[in-house]
Amino acid sequence: MSKAEIISWFRIQEMFRFESFHMYGIIGSAVILGVLIVQIIRRSQLSSTEGRPIIFSPKKKSITRYLAGGTIFGLGWALSGVCPGPMFVLVGHGYFSILLVIAGALLGTLAYGMLRSRLPH
Amino acid sequence: MEFLMQPWPWYVAGPIIALVMFLLLFFGKNFGMSSNLRTMCTIAGGGKVSDFFRFDWRGQRWNLTFVVGAVIGGVIAAKFLTPDPTIDLNPETVKALKGLGIQDPGAQYLPPELFGSEAVFSLKGLLILLGGGFMVGFGARYAGGCTSGHAISGLSDLQVPSLIAVIGFFAGGLFMSWVLLPLILQA
Repeated sequence: MSKAEIISWFRIQEMFRFESFHMYGIIGSAVILGVLIVQIIRRSQLSSTEGRPIIFSPKKKSITRYLAGGTIFGLGWALSGVCPGPMFVLVGHGYFSILLVIAGALLGTLAYGMLRSRLPH
Repeated sequence: MEFLMQPWPWYVAGPIIALVMFLLLFFGKNFGMSSNLRTMCTIAGGGKVSDFFRFDWRGQRWNLTFVVGAVIGGVIAAKFLTPDPTIDLNPETVKALKGLGIQDPGAQYLPPELFGSEAVFSLKGLLILLGGGFMVGFGARYAGGCTSGHAISGLSDLQVPSLIAVIGFFAGGLFMSWVLLPLILQA
């Protein structure tokens, strides 16, 4: 993540401003390869090293939670410039103010847990 | 060696991410970073406030290891593999961000205007970082996943819910970058 500059706040801005192909190329090529990998695993019924077959559990059908949750996530992503992986890589880089973003993310997760039964899913 | 020191192009990084997903599947795991935030809440005693945090987090230890790996990877990349942290941004982006008051776009990974000590110790700066993180954490759990869980793992499995979530990621992201961020930076 570090080496491809995914952890850069500026790369995220560039992506949302549609001024660079970089992030789209990364996500796009990962997904195209990912689709192939998943299909090959399915067809060959490959087992994991733990001996169990690799199964893909379908996510529950709904629109509200994915659209609402996704939009809130996107707002936070573009503001803080990090998603849940890169925030930890940046700690390693010595950007300690990112710890505040991580604290916020933990609080957000906690708030979701507390409000879950009252939110439309 | 020369290659290791340069920033990696997208066609190297994308396939590496797909490979990581494959390795995790192969070892009987899933690729999803934001679940770790839930696990950390559980470890911190979140079970006291919500059932959502009452689960055996030991089953998630491998995923926490992934977090530790991300931090260590960051240290290694920063110490040994990044001779120059400057990013080759599109001049259009540089111009637009300068117009919003960011002095030197791309000189560091994070803008000092938002992440520097002056910002951190001001109320506005503190609210931006905590609030941004809050939305990431809250949104990821509400949507049931983040970039790795939905945009990479979910889309690879051609799941419609993940596509809806990714559309949401972009709806929120575009609104922030184009509308809210300029207002916030210039307030």
